[in-house]
Amino acid sequence: MEMPAPDSDVLMRKARVVERLRDALPADAVIDDPAETRAYECDALTAYRCPPMVAVLPASTAQVSDVLRICHEEGVPVVPRGSGTSLAGGALPTADCVILGVARMNEVIETDYANRIIRVQTGRTNLSVTGAVEEHGFFYAPDPSSQLACAIAGNIAMNSGGAHCLKYGVTTNNLMGVTLVQMDGTVVEIGGAHLDAGGLDLMGVICGSEGQLGVVTEATLRILHKPEGARPVLMGFDSAEVAGACVADIIKAGVLPVAIEFMDKMLIEVCEDFAKADYPMCSALLIVEVEGSDAEIDAQLALITEIAKRHNPVALRESASSEESARIWAGRKAAFSAIGRISDYMCLDGTIPVSELPYVLRRIGEMSEKYGLPVGNVFHAGDGNMHPLICYDANKPGDLELCEEFGAEVLKLCVEVGGCLTGEHGVGIEKRDLMTHQYDPADLEAQMAVKDVFDPRWLLNPAKVFPLAVSEARRRATLAAE
Amino acid sequence: MGAVNTEEHIAEAVAAATGPLVIRGGGTRSVGRPVVGTVLDVSGLSGVTLYEPGALTIVARAGTPLAEIEETLSRENQRLAFEPYDLTGLLGIPGATTIGGVMATNASGPRRIMAGAARDFALGVRMVDGAGQVIKNGGRVMKNVTGYDLVKLMCGSWGTLGVLTEVSLKVLPSVETETTLAIEALDPVQAVAVMSRALGSPYEVSGAAWINGQVWLRLEGFEASVDYRAGMLMSVLSEYGEWARINADWGMVRDAKPLHGADAAWRVSVKPGDGPAIIAGLPEGCTTLMDWGGGLVWVGMSDGDIAAVHSALQHHVASLGGHATLIKGPESVRATVPVFQPEAPGVAALTTTLRQRFDPNGILNPGLMAA
Repeated sequence: MEMPAPDSDVLMRKARVVERLRDALPADAVIDDPAETRAYECDALTAYRCPPMVAVLPASTAQVSDVLRICHEEGVPVVPRGSGTSLAGGALPTADCVILGVARMNEVIETDYANRIIRVQTGRTNLSVTGAVEEHGFFYAPDPSSQLACAIAGNIAMNSGGAHCLKYGVTTNNLMGVTLVQMDGTVVEIGGAHLDAGGLDLMGVICGSEGQLGVVTEATLRILHKPEGARPVLMGFDSAEVAGACVADIIKAGVLPVAIEFMDKMLIEVCEDFAKADYPMCSALLIVEVEGSDAEIDAQLALITEIAKRHNPVALRESASSEESARIWAGRKAAFSAIGRISDYMCLDGTIPVSELPYVLRRIGEMSEKYGLPVGNVFHAGDGNMHPLICYDANKPGDLELCEEFGAEVLKLCVEVGGCLTGEHGVGIEKRDLMTHQYDPADLEAQMAVKDVFDPRWLLNPAKVFPLAVSEARRRATLAAE
Repeated sequence: MGAVNTEEHIAEAVAAATGPLVIRGGGTRSVGRPVVGTVLDVSGLSGVTLYEPGALTIVARAGTPLAEIEETLSRENQRLAFEPYDLTGLLGIPGATTIGGVMATNASGPRRIMAGAARDFALGVRMVDGAGQVIKNGGRVMKNVTGYDLVKLMCGSWGTLGVLTEVSLKVLPSVETETTLAIEALDPVQAVAVMSRALGSPYEVSGAAWINGQVWLRLEGFEASVDYRAGMLMSVLSEYGEWARINADWGMVRDAKPLHGADAAWRVSVKPGDGPAIIAGLPEGCTTLMDWGGGLVWVGMSDGDIAAVHSALQHHVASLGGHATLIKGPESVRATVPVFQPEAPGVAALTTTLRQRFDPNGILNPGLMAA
C-alpha cells in the first residue's frame, strides 16, 4: 500500500516539534524514542506498518488542543488513534506524523439516567461505557466485535456498527453531542443532551469522518434500559440461497429481530472449534436473536421458527440457557480471531442489498477458486453487511497482493449490485483507491469540500479515505499556496 | 421559472440562476427567514423509483408527496418509523408535504425518541449544489460508512446546501397494534418525571407526551406484547395515580394540533428534564405541549409581543443547551429575528464556510436559516 513520502522538512524539525510538545504536555506523554514509537506502527490491519515520528498521549481536551495547535503551526500531520483496533488502517501512521492517542482520556464525566445519557472522554472503551451504567440496568447499544478493546473515539471516527445494530442503529444514531478539537486547536461543542441539530447537522458529518475533520475528546451518548431478556435461535440450512430467503421472509413478516447473523461452513467450523457453542454443521447458519420478557420472546420465536420451517432447515434450535446464549455469541464475536488462529486473513466489509446475497456469495465462491485463496463468510444478514474473510499466507511472496486483488474484486461487485465498499469498518487506507468505483469525481469533490472547511491544510489523518493521488494533489496545492 | 421534472432540469435551472432561488416542494413550509427570489418548484420531480420490502428500503424522487410514500409502504405493511409531521394545519396553509421537504427539514414526530429522527432513516441522497452540480452520497443499503456522511448534513439543511432530487430511506414494518396509557392532571414537572421513568424502563415506549394536561405513553407491537408491557408499566407507575388505556390520536402530538390557530409557534428541543423550565419561563397565555418525554416543547402564542417572547425563549434555551425555532410567525417578525437558534461562534464559523462551499453564489434559499 503506497503512502506519501514523508516531508523531509518536517523530519528535520523533529527535535523542535518534540520540544514544543514536551513544553505543553507532561513528560511521559511525549514519546519519540524509535524503540517506543514502534508500538504505534500499525492498527488491526497489521499488513501495513510505519512507525510515526512522535506519539503523544494527552490527558485532557486542553492538552489535545495544545498538541493540534503546535502541529498546525509546525505543519506536522497528525494521526488520531483510539485503541488501534481499526481493520481498515484508519490509524496507520505516516513517518512524518504525530500519533495522537486518546487512551489516557477514559473518564466518565456525567451519567444522567432521567435523561438517558452518559458523557465520557472518548478514550474510554465501548464495553466500559456499558460497564459504567449497567448497575442501573442501562447499556450503550452499538456493539462492535472488538468492543472490549475499541475506544469510543474510534467508534465515532468510523461510525462503528455491531451485531445488534439492526434494532438499535450504529454509532451515529446513538451519538448526541461531541467536543471537537479542530486542527488549529479551536474547541467547539456540537450537540448535547437534547435531540437533533438546531442548524446544520455537523455531528452527522463528523461521525464517520475517520478522524479527518477534528479530534473528538468528549462525547454524549444515548443509553437505553436493558431489555428484560434476549434469546438467540440457531437455524441451519443447506444453502446460502435458502438462508437468504428465510431472512427476507422474517423481515417481511413484521418481526424485527435485534440481530440476524450469518456464517458459512468454514466459519461455523472455526468458530465452533473456538467457542464450543454446539453450532450445527451445515452450509449456512443463521443466529437470530429477539428480546423482551420470556413470554414475548416465546411468541416472537414461535413466529420466526414457523417461517424458518417453511425453508426446510437442517437444524433449528433455541438457546436453552443464558450460558448457551453467551457461548453462541462468543463464537460469532470471535469469528475474526478464530480464523486468525489458522491463517493470515483480510476482512472485507462491503454492504449489499439483502436480495443480492445468494448471487454475491456464489460470485465470491467463484473468485475464491480463481485466486486459489480460501474465503469464509460471516455477516450481518439483516442489513446486508458482509464480512468475507480471505485467507492468505503472509510469508508467501505475492500472496498479499493476490489477496488485495481478490478483495478489490469483491468490493467492486458489492458496488455493482447496488451496495457499498464499507458498511462499518471505514475506508481507511484499505479502500481509499476504490472510492472512484462508488463515487464520481463531483461526489468526492463535495466530500473533500467538507475536509477543506474543517482542516484547510489537510494535516489530519493524511492519505486515508480519498484516493491517494487525489488527496495528495489537494495537500500539495494547499502547501504551495502558503 | 416553470415547473421542472427531471434532475437535469434542476441542475440547469440552478446553474443558470442569476439571483436567489426559493426552493419549493409541496409549498407547506413557509418557515424561516423570508427569502425573496425566483421560485424553483421541484414538485414535478415525483415518483417512487425503487421499493424493496424485504430489504426495508425505498427510493423516491424528492417531490414525491409524503402521502404517496406512506400509501405505497402501507400496502406492504411497512411505514416511515420516524413519523414525519405535517405543518399545514399549524401554518394554516394548503399544500401536500413532499418527502424532499420532510428530509430537508429533518421532520420527525413522537416516535423519534425510540426509532430515531428522519436523518437516522436517510440512507442516500442525490442533490444539486449551488453551482448546479449533481452530487450523490450514501446509497440504498442500511449500513454504509463509505466516505463522509453528507446525507445527514443535507437532512436539516432546509435547502441551503443543495436541492434534493432523490432520497433513499430505510423503512420498518408496521405494528400489529398500539395502545396509549393516559393519566390526568399532572403539572409539567410531574409529567416529565413520569415520562422519564417510562422511557428508562425496558418496555419500549414509542411515544411520551404531555398534552392538554394529560400524560400519554404509547406502546406498539404484537398484541400480547403490548398488553404485557401496558400492564407492567401501569403497575410500575401506579404511584402517580389512575392510568387508563385509551385510543389516542397521536396526530394531535405529531402535528401540534393544540397550537393550531396560534399566531406564533415555536419548536424547542432541550434535554427532557429542561422541558418544564422552558414552560415555566413563558409569559401567561401561551399554549404548550411536550413531546419526546419533555425534550420537545411546542409553544403557541396569539397575543403579545412575538419578537420579545422569541428573544427571551432563545436566550433561555441558550443557557440550558438546545435550540428554539420560530416555526410560525408573521413575516415581519421572521424578517427581523433569528428564526433558528443562533450558534456559538465556532460552530457558526463552520456552518458559514460550509454554506459558502456548497452554494458559492449564495442562491439556495439564502438567509433562510440565518441567525
